[in-house]
Amino acid sequence: MIATADAEARRQGVVPGMTVTRARMLAPGLYVVDAEPAADLAGLERLALWAGRRYSPCVAPDPPDGVWLDVTGCAGLFGSERALLKDLHRRVAATGVALQIAVADTPGAAHAVARHVPAGRPVTIEPGHHRRAMALLPIAALRLEVATVEALRKLGFERIEQLIGAPRGPIAKRFGHAVHRRLDQALGNVPEPIEPLFPSRSPRSHRSLLEPIITAEAMARVARDLIDDAIAQLVQTGTGARRLDLAFHRVDGETPMIRVGTASPTRDPAHLVKLLAARLDTIDPGLGIEAMTLIVSLTEPLGGRQGDLARDGKCAPDVAGLVDALANRFGGRSLYRTAPRAGGMPERTVNMVPALSGAGDRQWPDDLPRPSRMLSPPQPVQVIAMLPDHPPAMFVWRGKRYRVMQADGPERLQGEWWRDAGQEAEQPLAIRDYFQVEVEGGGRYWLFRQGDGEHASSGPMRWFIHGAFA
Amino acid sequence: MRSATIMDQLRSRVAAIEGVRTRHAPLPFGLPAIDRHLPGGGLASGALHEVSGSAELADDAAATVFLAGILARIDGPVFWCLRWRDLFSPALDLAGLHPDRVIHVEAGSDTNVLLATEECLRQPGLAGVVGEVAKLGTTASKRLQLAAESSGVTAFIFRRAADPRQLAEGSAAVTRWRITAHPSEILGLPSLARPRWQIALERARGAEPKSWIVEACDAQGRLALPADLVDRPAAQDAWPIAL
Repeated sequence: MIATADAEARRQGVVPGMTVTRARMLAPGLYVVDAEPAADLAGLERLALWAGRRYSPCVAPDPPDGVWLDVTGCAGLFGSERALLKDLHRRVAATGVALQIAVADTPGAAHAVARHVPAGRPVTIEPGHHRRAMALLPIAALRLEVATVEALRKLGFERIEQLIGAPRGPIAKRFGHAVHRRLDQALGNVPEPIEPLFPSRSPRSHRSLLEPIITAEAMARVARDLIDDAIAQLVQTGTGARRLDLAFHRVDGETPMIRVGTASPTRDPAHLVKLLAARLDTIDPGLGIEAMTLIVSLTEPLGGRQGDLARDGKCAPDVAGLVDALANRFGGRSLYRTAPRAGGMPERTVNMVPALSGAGDRQWPDDLPRPSRMLSPPQPVQVIAMLPDHPPAMFVWRGKRYRVMQADGPERLQGEWWRDAGQEAEQPLAIRDYFQVEVEGGGRYWLFRQGDGEHASSGPMRWFIHGAFA
Repeated sequence: MRSATIMDQLRSRVAAIEGVRTRHAPLPFGLPAIDRHLPGGGLASGALHEVSGSAELADDAAATVFLAGILARIDGPVFWCLRWRDLFSPALDLAGLHPDRVIHVEAGSDTNVLLATEECLRQPGLAGVVGEVAKLGTTASKRLQLAAESSGVTAFIFRRAADPRQLAEGSAAVTRWRITAHPSEILGLPSLARPRWQIALERARGAEPKSWIVEACDAQGRLALPADLVDRPAAQDAWPIAL
């Protein structure tokens, strides 16, 4: 029996469920590999765990060929959900796996769209639109037994919208409740919890509660107990937490989760509680939470740190806590330091580095005037200037006329001809002549002319404003 | 003699109640003309200060370097909360504030900048926190002032593109500064002299509004008085003695 077939085989008519002999007849060059369901499942679990480390705390394998990811609230780390999906698609596709990603409000809808909309790129069903999307799909998308699908088709049901509209009684009598359970799961009428998969070696702590809890205060208290337990385990291994996942087991079977990260490994309970508490309001307790699990999904060896023994506050403050709090609120990419970088054009001379990266003794070039406020991208201005190398006498920017009183320049900067993403590739000899001008009233601006003023090949001689000085 | 002591005590108590003289050491500008005018002999640390430029980008740029110059002379990390990415680090370095000391927080909106600024102010030991906003409400300013007072971190709210004609809302800030560019000395060469600013103290607790013309920050973040504008009588008096 054929368990599954690749795109080429399917094109030649080989479908899962066929006997191998028949398949060989259809496709003489067929290459048959023995199915290993156990190894497939192990592979799916590995993929799920990888996705769990990178994208979302709540992941689960969906045999035979799927992986669940609950990306609710996980987009912050990537900037947007679209960016997350793009990254996921790129990374998985790069390993040679053919994949289709779908995002929807319910697992059922995502499952259906991923398998029946061969878009080739991630598909997102906007919130609230899953009903409409499902309606158009064939009933095979409902995760039903093959025999049931066949029987329904014989009765004239082709698409899910027909099933939504049909009276429920007769169908339930004929096929049992499975059809409507799957339909309701896909439409979100009944919940379908994902049983998350966790790396087995991570320190974890679990509390079952006598009474379901609802309030944020109660959740915070349980979280504190869980953190104390987890820290005791971390102390034994000499590690600190870099990432925590807190799962809330709700009475109705759903498991919402929150994930917080820290910029450096820590075992400070107060700090961890604070990070988790800031996110507790995103959790909907529903009818109550009956258990909570804390998983330290990422640990790192904890480096020793000299305490402030004299308590005089003279040693540098430990800003890791503050950086974590801000990064968890605004996203890790909004927090950064800058480092100098060798680049031809000024906008490329500054690199963003993580806020807590080691502060090497970085030397910034200090002999060139640079503006404190940068316009990005540079804005075009109209300029009156004499060629080839006189500073502007006047310029118009944003509809306002500026008369130049004094100027300094030009400072000639050459583009990086080896870059292909910048504009330099189109103009291999790109040159900018920068002028520092002081206008009436004392304001100082940074203008540049594309081109050297003599050769048209060096740039189109247009003027731009790129920033303002002190 | 005795009544004078009592008066002094009363004055310091009133000052403490008003929050004019905070518990933290002041930060002198290093220019006697300005420092003498400010209560406590400098910018109060552990307090909220408002700084603005004007709708002109060059004035905002000047205010940026003015802030960098102040922060350059305080030890510790700096948190600079921005709405978007337009701060250019090399200029901070030129004013003496090494960019390694500055952690940028790109918060996106006024509300978020204020949230981030307040969060940063709770962390003792920072050199200072800058929050760039378009508007600062009274309530928000009170919260920031309280946070700054309790941690001892100096807070600067930089009102971006603030129109000088528009009346600012009441605020709990200890001082309010407006920095605008001023024509620099004409060298008669195709080159530019050190920039000059007009720094206006628009409002201060315990001091009158006043404005000065100064030369911009040097590489250590220090301001200077322009040589051709400094009052010279004292120096002229000194001449005969020196001779």
